[in-house]
Amino acid sequence: MEKIKEILSERVLVLDGAMGTMIQRRNLKDEDYSGERFKGHHIPLKGNNDLLSITRPDVIRDIHREYLEAGSDIIETNTFTATSIAQEDYDLQDIVYEMNVAAAKIAREVADEYSSKDPSKPRFVAGSIGPTNRSASLSPDVQDPGFRNVNFDQLRDAYFDQAKALMEGGSDLLLVETIFDTLNAKAALFAIQDLEEELGRKIPVMVSGTIVDASGRTLSGQTVEAFLISLSHVDLLSIGLNCSLGAKELRPYLQVLSKEAPFQVSVHPNAGLPNEFGEYDQTPEEMGREIGNFLEEGLVNIIGGCCGTTPEHISVLADLAKTHKPREAGEVVY
Amino acid sequence: MDKSKEKHVLRLSGLEPLAVTPASNFINVGERTNVTGSRKFLRLIKENQYEEGLSIALEQVRGGAQVLDVNMDEGMIDGVAAMTRFLNLIASEPEISRIPIMIDSSKWEILEAGLKVVQGKCIVNSISLKEGEEEFLKQANLIKKYGSAVIVMAFDEKGQADNFERRIEICERAYRHLEEIGFPVSDIIFDPNIFPVGTGMEEHRRNAIDYFRATKWIKENLPGAKVSGGVSNVSFSFRGNQKVREAMHSAFLYHGIQSGMDMGIVNPSMLEVYDEIPDELLEKVEDVLLDRREDSTERLLEYADQFKGDVTKKQEDDSWRKLPVKERLEHALVKGVNDHVETDVFEALDDIGSPLKVIEGPLMDGMNVVGDLFGSGKMFLPQVVKSARVMKQAVGYLTPLLEKEKEQNAGSSRAKIVLATVKGDVHDIGKNIVGVVLACNNFDVIDLGVMVPADKILEAVEKEQASILGLSGLITPSLDEMVHVAREMEKIGMQLPLLIGGATTSRIHTAVKIDPEYKGPVVHVLDASRSVTVSGSLIQKEAKGDYVASVEKEYEELRQSHALRQSEKSFISLSASRENSWKPSVEGFKPVKPRFLGVQEVKNLPLEELRGFIDWTPFFQTWMLKGKYPKILENETVGVEATKLFEDANQLLDWIIREKKLQAHGVFGIFPAKSKGDDVTLEVNGREQAIHFLRQQGKKGSGLPNLCLSDYVSSDQQDYMGCFAVTTGGGIKELVGYFEQKDDDYNVIMVKALADRLAEAFAEYLHEKVRKDFWGYASEESLSNEELIREKYLGIRPAPGYPACPDHTEKNTLFRILNAQEATGIRLTESLAMDPPPSVCGWYFAHPEAKYFGLGKIAEDQVDDYATRKQMDKEEIEKWLKPVLNYDPEL
Repeated sequence: MEKIKEILSERVLVLDGAMGTMIQRRNLKDEDYSGERFKGHHIPLKGNNDLLSITRPDVIRDIHREYLEAGSDIIETNTFTATSIAQEDYDLQDIVYEMNVAAAKIAREVADEYSSKDPSKPRFVAGSIGPTNRSASLSPDVQDPGFRNVNFDQLRDAYFDQAKALMEGGSDLLLVETIFDTLNAKAALFAIQDLEEELGRKIPVMVSGTIVDASGRTLSGQTVEAFLISLSHVDLLSIGLNCSLGAKELRPYLQVLSKEAPFQVSVHPNAGLPNEFGEYDQTPEEMGREIGNFLEEGLVNIIGGCCGTTPEHISVLADLAKTHKPREAGEVVY
Repeated sequence: MDKSKEKHVLRLSGLEPLAVTPASNFINVGERTNVTGSRKFLRLIKENQYEEGLSIALEQVRGGAQVLDVNMDEGMIDGVAAMTRFLNLIASEPEISRIPIMIDSSKWEILEAGLKVVQGKCIVNSISLKEGEEEFLKQANLIKKYGSAVIVMAFDEKGQADNFERRIEICERAYRHLEEIGFPVSDIIFDPNIFPVGTGMEEHRRNAIDYFRATKWIKENLPGAKVSGGVSNVSFSFRGNQKVREAMHSAFLYHGIQSGMDMGIVNPSMLEVYDEIPDELLEKVEDVLLDRREDSTERLLEYADQFKGDVTKKQEDDSWRKLPVKERLEHALVKGVNDHVETDVFEALDDIGSPLKVIEGPLMDGMNVVGDLFGSGKMFLPQVVKSARVMKQAVGYLTPLLEKEKEQNAGSSRAKIVLATVKGDVHDIGKNIVGVVLACNNFDVIDLGVMVPADKILEAVEKEQASILGLSGLITPSLDEMVHVAREMEKIGMQLPLLIGGATTSRIHTAVKIDPEYKGPVVHVLDASRSVTVSGSLIQKEAKGDYVASVEKEYEELRQSHALRQSEKSFISLSASRENSWKPSVEGFKPVKPRFLGVQEVKNLPLEELRGFIDWTPFFQTWMLKGKYPKILENETVGVEATKLFEDANQLLDWIIREKKLQAHGVFGIFPAKSKGDDVTLEVNGREQAIHFLRQQGKKGSGLPNLCLSDYVSSDQQDYMGCFAVTTGGGIKELVGYFEQKDDDYNVIMVKALADRLAEAFAEYLHEKVRKDFWGYASEESLSNEELIREKYLGIRPAPGYPACPDHTEKNTLFRILNAQEATGIRLTESLAMDPPPSVCGWYFAHPEAKYFGLGKIAEDQVDDYATRKQMDKEEIEKWLKPVLNYDPEL
């Protein structure tokens, strides 16, 4: 914790870019996903990217390398959907522990490889914790707004198992990201606090929300400031925004975080807004210009990419990070 | 920014942030969603009527509560389940969940259940040292982990603190413990116990003072901590004496805030404005609160006796009551106040003697003032309708007497005007408004209602010896029916002027189609405000000739230019237009397979679901207030009236929702589909069902296609199409009848206008569900209501009978495949209008490039082809498609 905090006070750190986009480029087949072990699984496994940490670790390792090569300071484990809740879709909830440990180990290994090549630029592993595919604040049933298909305790348990496995595999910090429902994130933070008690040490935690449209709200309806307030009970490493919109559209909401947050501020947007085919086609240069503006304005401390971003994008961001000062973080107010 | 200044800010959140700072005013906490404090809420929860309970929460928010207290502590209620369910429901109601929640219970398991369902930063109310330090710290630690602020009661192992020293001793002890475990000090709120004063007991005399002193001490000695309290306790011994209680709460708050009180649980309706408390009362109340005299309680009790049982109502300026009766009536009419109409009308009758003279004298004079103000733009339609309500009620009192008088001197001087919505059509909001406005302007209005056949209309005109007939209609087949009525009038040689109005009518249609059928004057009336001048001109003998001649000239010119334009506009053959059909711009587009296929009914959808989907702009248009919502509320000219109207509408809507006065039913279906030329074949229950569409035939510029809705459905790969029918008209007849019986035109129109908005909102709501969930082709979509109104969504839902597919008869098919009449109660009239009127139906197309368009006119070759496809007589089809034909089938 101390080390990354120290570095953050000196310079802008760079996250990696999209994992999914990079996997997609490789046109993997059903067999790549299932491997020998899950051959003949009763649910098709193609598309279950997080399973590749077990069945095709070489692919994940290569992608991490590409991002480290491009200049990422922090790489995210391939575990965005590796909770028992999300893996239920594939009936693989029983192996999530293994999935998270394996993913963290791969990331740890390559990060260390790069850290030892250049000790002046230590690389960190962030255990990626996604929002799951269920919401504790929204009803999936039109007829019954009071209904929930997941509750706080179920989320807490699922997050606890994932966080524990991620730390065990060697993560330096945890990144609770793409938060569309703050209550889910609160359950994740609750689980992480439980884990801290169990491990007897503090874990650096980054949280990152996603806003759904130009209204600037999360899917569960909160404004960015309400979102910040709702998660400020934990001494976070950083709070930020990712996914949802392109960099340009996120600016007013980053300004809110930058002004109000007693933590570091992060942003890892998509490569622009999707075009009519649902593809992200913002070039690295375009994205670089927009993120460059955030840095000029002193809004952020950590930058990176989400859907549609590639090592080429990250390489541009890494260059920007070298030439810009980080946002001056406000002190923790309590 | 100096962060140290901000150090002690208590930050809370619902969907939106709330900061409690020294600079922020007193934060008031809504208290009615509390089973221990509100009998009504208790009953609703016990009877499992949670949705009704929500409306109480909503009232609190609308009433200005900044935090919402929720309490389910009652022996007969499963507190954990009730807290969970109610807070989950609140989360689905953005207008309520906008503000932070205060989870209120004396049981830890209920508090924790609440903490598990609230996404924002809330307040736990409360914990204390009552069960000892260990329990206190365990709970505090968990609250910290959940991320909530906390109220700590001044209560310890020995009991509740009841003097200054005990209060500060307990609060300090709790504070130090919380500090030790790292509980953020700005998230600590103390409740140093508000106890009753004026009880006659010696030990209660200093209850208020001790609270104030403890508050001051806490704020000075426990940095960051906040102070709250339940205010109504203080006046407990004055129950039944509202006026004293209100004054006491207000005075208590005044001194509490002076001492540093940050927030409190207060019933805003039990609070007088401090500055408005009569001096004498204030002095005596403060004597008690501040223990200023030995005999202060006795003195207040004695003084208070005079207010006992005085249920105070908001004071209104009633100085106008002192005016002469004629002016009072005028005031009541202009202001739309109906409280004293009965008294005033009978007083006027005593003065004047004849009921007819009362109507023609003071009442009509008052209405003339209203008419003038309206005409000069100083009054707006909603006000005029309220005025008319007063008028109607006044006349109602006089009518029984009038009948007698009528017999004595037959005939009245007012011009009669007969109004009707034509056969096959059920829409009448506009007609009702015209009726009201005309009645305000000295016309005797005879309203025949809706779906009136031509013979009934003519019969009424003759019987009433009407001076003018007005016809109204909203759907396109009504245009033909109006032509029919005009012909019938001509047949029997009528000569009275015929007015045409309604959303589907136009000057051009009136000039080209109706006017030539009837020799008497025919005038299209654009909106209700014109109806007065038009009717006025038509009944004044001197002016009539000139006016009629000028209209006739205008229409003749219109007819000529129309004929010219007809021949200029060029059309292409059906086969050529088919060749120029629309193609997707994306090669290889794959239709999204719906998650749901088949037919789904939506019974009794809670109306509050729809509220957020209402597009208010057309509502204001109905009331002839021009401007876009919400800007219209700020508009310089109409803003004030628009705001009033909006408030009235929302109040009525609250009531409708709460009392479930309207029922919303809907049905939709999504089916496998393939296009075949201009038809789309649906697979419904394993059987093929053809849906027929029409194609644009106007000559297009280069690169522009001749559109047909079938273009949006793939012809060679598996595609899908859907349809829906929704209504919010369940119960509307009874509801309208209820207000009609009270002669309350204002609310009759209001109900209809609101129901229409709700039906449109239902269509919007259901479309979103279909896009995001049932079909799921836009599952990631999240649009604001404004964006929905601007049609930012992917895919379209054109309605049969409207520009893209103007053939109303396809509604029959739509209703058949959805079994819509049975599912929703909507019936199709002979003109294929949907009855009850607040109903919407349409087709769903999901193609991302699909957009709304207008068909324009079509040529005879397409009509021939269409008749074959539909296996219908050409003549029959021509009748339905008349408004879009580029030729006259009768020539």
